[in-house]
Amino acid sequence: MSNSPLTPGVVADRLPPAAYAENFSDVQPVLDRHEARVAADRCYFCHDAPCMTACPTSIDIPLFIRQIATGTPDAAAKTIFAQNILGGMCARVCPTEQLCEEVCVREVAEGKPVEIGRLQRFATDTLMGKGVHPFTRAAATGKRVAVVGAGPAGLACAHRLAMRGHDVVVFERRAKPGGLNEYGIATYKTPENFAAREVEWLLKIGGITVKTGVELGRDVTLDQLQADYDAVFLGIGLAGVNALRAVGEDLAGVRNAVDFIAELRQSDKAQVAVGRDVVVIGGGMTAVDAAVQSKLLGANSVTMVYRRGKDKMSASVYEQDHATGAGVRIIYGAAPVKVLGSAAVEGVEFAYTHDGPNGLEMGETFTLKADQVFKAIGQTLTAAPIAKDGAKLVKQQGKIWAGGDCAAGGEDLTVTAVAEGRDAAEAIHASLMA
Amino acid sequence: MANLTTNFIGIKSPNPFWLASAPPTDKEVNVRRAFEAGWGGVVWKTLGSEGPPVVNVNGPRYGAIWGADRRLLGLNNIELITDRPLEVNLREIKAVKRDYKDRAMIISLMVPCDEDSWRDILGHLEDTEADGVELNFGCPHGMAERGMGGAVGQVPEYIEMVTRWCKKHTRMPVIVKLTPNITDIRKPAEAAKRGGADAVSLINTINSITSVNLDSFAPEPTIDGKGTHGGYCGPAVKPIALNMVAEIARSRETHGLPISGIGGITTWRDAAEFMALGAGNVQVCTAAMTYGFKIVQEMISGLSEYMDEKGMTNTSELVGRAVPNVTDWQFLNLNYVTKAHISQDDCIKCGRCYAACEDTSHQAIAMGPDRTFTVKDDECVACNLCVNVCPVENCITMVELPKGAIDERTGRPVSDYANWTTHPNNPTATAAE
Repeated sequence: MSNSPLTPGVVADRLPPAAYAENFSDVQPVLDRHEARVAADRCYFCHDAPCMTACPTSIDIPLFIRQIATGTPDAAAKTIFAQNILGGMCARVCPTEQLCEEVCVREVAEGKPVEIGRLQRFATDTLMGKGVHPFTRAAATGKRVAVVGAGPAGLACAHRLAMRGHDVVVFERRAKPGGLNEYGIATYKTPENFAAREVEWLLKIGGITVKTGVELGRDVTLDQLQADYDAVFLGIGLAGVNALRAVGEDLAGVRNAVDFIAELRQSDKAQVAVGRDVVVIGGGMTAVDAAVQSKLLGANSVTMVYRRGKDKMSASVYEQDHATGAGVRIIYGAAPVKVLGSAAVEGVEFAYTHDGPNGLEMGETFTLKADQVFKAIGQTLTAAPIAKDGAKLVKQQGKIWAGGDCAAGGEDLTVTAVAEGRDAAEAIHASLMA
Repeated sequence: MANLTTNFIGIKSPNPFWLASAPPTDKEVNVRRAFEAGWGGVVWKTLGSEGPPVVNVNGPRYGAIWGADRRLLGLNNIELITDRPLEVNLREIKAVKRDYKDRAMIISLMVPCDEDSWRDILGHLEDTEADGVELNFGCPHGMAERGMGGAVGQVPEYIEMVTRWCKKHTRMPVIVKLTPNITDIRKPAEAAKRGGADAVSLINTINSITSVNLDSFAPEPTIDGKGTHGGYCGPAVKPIALNMVAEIARSRETHGLPISGIGGITTWRDAAEFMALGAGNVQVCTAAMTYGFKIVQEMISGLSEYMDEKGMTNTSELVGRAVPNVTDWQFLNLNYVTKAHISQDDCIKCGRCYAACEDTSHQAIAMGPDRTFTVKDDECVACNLCVNVCPVENCITMVELPKGAIDERTGRPVSDYANWTTHPNNPTATAAE
């Protein structure tokens, strides 16, 4: 610990070594058997359950909870994985408070839903802990499918295709598969290298070859893939980051939040540099993950600034509370005007906003001291060969399918990407076998 | 505040809550703790004849079933009568009674089926100053194979004979404890009455196997790979016990015979129900074994509050209040029509009523696109299943149709009282004049 939270500038090693281990450990550990039994007992086994409807992957939640309650967590896990092969990661990162748990009838009745996410994690961790892969491949079809992007959509698609008997090659531009699961999620939500372990477990189905370091448009073209394969699935995510469009955003110390989060996931935490006074601009999960982790790295002050009100924020109330609980200050209703500084950032000037006839209007300004600024105001599709005018991809055109964040429609959630990848696989299967 | 003091066959106790003859009443230390906690009386765990005491197994003697959150719903046991020497028990009974004169002290007995054995044991009790005896004709395991307990309770002639011996050889009131492991509870009760019993107490435990271990393929509790049937008790047996109490209370032959109610009593409400069906007091075991002696304090406060609300000043005003309303099916009013009603304000939209009705009953609940559940009055037969499966108490209620209203299911107006005995579909109906 050569530095402290008060050391000026963007530096690493602000905390004693033990603090890093504690700060980045599992934010919510897995339930033990007794806790799971108690939590499962609360499920009413609803008819046509609202939780199941709310789940983008339509997991049969009442059934898997009943399987936990009756002492068969492996069967519960199979129920989950049959719909969502990345059920382990989704159990960790799904905003359940906005999905299944929000509509749980016990949330309606008591303000305390059945802990569906944690129960899902109990079941999936139990089965995955045994190293068992619960699915086998159908007889080989002789068909070959290319999947571009080894994120949640691509992996879900590849797994389902392999299960149906097709041979799959997954192309991934980064060094490791996993996509946002590996590079884009806060460390404390998925510690102990879970994303990599999950991919390894998923690939046990067989029939899937992953080629990393291969980028569409650079190392391989879409035409080539179409020529070489019976079908192509694009799950390429959103690689571009929206600009602030404010003066000074090129100053040293201004950084994309997604890059910071990715660095954190791949590094020894003590080696990751963070400012003394951090300002995060944006209101989504990426903003929260960057803000909270800045604090956990030892930043002295972290402020999240969102241009609209609390109710408009895409990060859930649960996430916002998590951030404020970690010591992050959230300012609602303010937009950046100018990034201040000469060589490096020294502060950000914001203007309070209000709704006007032509959208958000700027009012009174204020300045926040900052030696590091994270931009987290959304991502865009940048894959030049296929993106038209920055619009998201259509779900199917000819022998090309698309799913996940890069595709039109649906929320940009891991679980939505899984659903779209899985459904695209079924559509590809139907098309190839027709 | 209501007076909970009860006088049961001449035995006074500050409240109607006694601990049943069972492990909680096996020793002085337990019984003193029970009295300190507030119990009105105890039935001391069953004593046997003089001589070497019985032995118990040295492996598990209890099995159980559970509800949500591992709430114990039913307990079974293969424990026998006291395995401590007779003289030790008698000495302790005397010591406790001396210190708690206001509490009821009953001694449970089980000895071989001959007059000398009963005369001998009763003779030993004289000195204890106990208030009464209870004849254990109930335990279904262990002792029954030796011709005692349940083996006696299943033969009305033996009950009558032994009861008569006991009345002959003691001045103390005699309570006969009945086994439910028979087909008609009225027969042993009648036998006890003929023998001169002052009261009956019921129910003893029900023959049961609580579970089977699916790894060792043995019943539980398991002793060295084997299991045996044991006596079942706890909340799960309450409905069976209530019916048996009611049968005795309303039977012409046994009406008025004092009853000490036993069987799954866990709260003041359970106790009040037994008393309303004719029990002059109640005995508790499983609830104490599950939660400890302190539960009696809730029973006392709850019963007091209830009686105050009802304007009752003495437990005798409660005892038997529901007996006139227990009848035979054939006398139920077939022209009483109700329809289920779902309170939309209380509904949490779980849909369990819908699944139950649609899958297993009368397809009388409609599910709207926004998960609004409503009753179809033209299909509803008022079976009450939706009420029973709904997780929210009083969300679904049964609403009575007033006289003259049209029952949409039958198209007929609700008319005056009429029962099966006069129904046209009844081949043996007596014509209404």
